[in-house]
Amino acid sequence: MGILDYLLKKNKPSSSASVAKERLQIIVAHERSTRGQPDYLPLMQQEILEVIRKYVDIDQDQVSVQLDNEDDCSVLELNITLPDAK
Amino acid sequence: MAKIIVVTSGKGGVGKTTSSAAISTGLALRGHKTVVIDFDVGLRNLDLIMGCERRVVYDFVNVINKEASLKQALIKDKRTEGLFILPASQTRDKDALTHEGVEAVLDELAKDFDYIICDSPAGIEQGAQMALYFAEEAIVVTNPEVSSVRDSDRILGILQSKSRLAEQGKSVKEHLLLTRYNPARVASAEMLSVADVEEILAIPLLGVIPESEAVLKASNQGAPVILDEDSEAGQAYSDAVSRLLGEDVEHRFLEQQKKGFLQRLLGGK
Ligand SMILES: Nc1ncnc2c1ncn2[C@@H]1O[C@H](COP(=O)(O)OP(=O)(O)OP(=O)(O)O)[C@@H](O)[C@H]1O
Ligand SMILES: [Mg+2]
Repeated sequence: MGILDYLLKKNKPSSSASVAKERLQIIVAHERSTRGQPDYLPLMQQEILEVIRKYVDIDQDQVSVQLDNEDDCSVLELNITLPDAK
Repeated sequence: MAKIIVVTSGKGGVGKTTSSAAISTGLALRGHKTVVIDFDVGLRNLDLIMGCERRVVYDFVNVINKEASLKQALIKDKRTEGLFILPASQTRDKDALTHEGVEAVLDELAKDFDYIICDSPAGIEQGAQMALYFAEEAIVVTNPEVSSVRDSDRILGILQSKSRLAEQGKSVKEHLLLTRYNPARVASAEMLSVADVEEILAIPLLGVIPESEAVLKASNQGAPVILDEDSEAGQAYSDAVSRLLGEDVEHRFLEQQKKGFLQRLLGGK
C-alpha cells in the first residue's frame, strides 16, 4: 500500500455501519455485565450517592456499585472516588 | 409431543408477526401439524396477516377463561393443510393471560400438534415474558439497526433467566433471524452486516430475510409471504424453515444482485 493510500484511508471517516457496531459492542457488553443484578441496585446506588453528597461534592460516575456472586455468597463492591481534599 | 417455539424481539415492528405467519405456514407445508398463537393481547394482528380475520369467533383468552373450548377457538387455515391459528383477544385487560391458563392451553395443544409457534408482543414486560416462558426454542427477530440489536440482546437475557427451561437450569435453543436486510446498504457501509450482528449477539443464524416489497403485498392480501414462492423473502423464509428442521442450507440473498439484461430475460439465477 502506498503512502497516499494510507493517508487517504486514515482520513476517511469511519463508515456509519462501523460506528453503529462499535457503539453496540460497548453498550451490549455493559448491559450484559449488569444482567441478573437485583432491580434495587440502581436505586440503591442513587441513594448512596445522595448520602455522600451531603458531605462531599461528587458526580454520578464517581460511584460504582457492583454485585458479584461467588460460590455461596454475594459480594457488594462499592467504589467511590473522592475529589482531592482542598 | 409438540415443540414450542417463540418468535420474539424486544423491539416492536421488526417482523415477528410476518415471521410467525411465514414459518408456521412453512412447517405445515412440510407436513408438520402446526398451530400459531397470537400472544399480542389487545393488538390482534396475526389473523390479518394469515387472512382469517373474518373467521375469528373465540380467542385465546376465551379459552383460558373456559368461555369456549380450544376446538371452538382454533381457526383452520384455508390454504395450508395442517395449520391452525389461535387468535389473540382484543381485551384491554393486560393480565388476561395467566401462567396457569397459558400452560393448560399449551398442554392441550401439545397432544395434537407437532409445532406450537408463539407470536410474541413487543416489549420485555409481562406479555412478552408470557409468550417466551414455556418455549423450548426462540427465534429472535432482529433488524440490522442499533436499537433492534440492543433489544434482541435484552430479550436473550430474559430467555436465559426467566424462561421455564432457565428456571430448570436448562437453556432455550436460540436462533437469530435477521429481517429487513438490505444488501445494497450493507455494501455501502450504511447498514450493519449479517456478520456484525452475528458477532454482537453471538447466537446461531437461522436466516436472513431481505427487505422486500413482497411482504407488504402479502400482508395486503392476507397470505403469508412464504406462499409467494417467486419472491426473495418467501424463498428466504422457506430456507429458514429448512434450517429449523435441521437441514443444512446455504444462505442466499446476502449480496446485492446485479442481474444483467440477458440474465433477466432468461430467468437465470
Ligand atoms: N422483510 C421485510 N421487508 C419489508 N417489510 C417488512 C419485512 N418484514 C416486515 N416488514 C414490515 O414491517 C412491518 C412490521 O412487521 P410485523 O407486524 O411483522 O412486525 P412485528 O414485530 O410483529 O410488530 P409488533 O411488534 O407491532 O407486533 C409491517 O409493515 C411489515 O409489512
Ligand atoms: Mg406482531
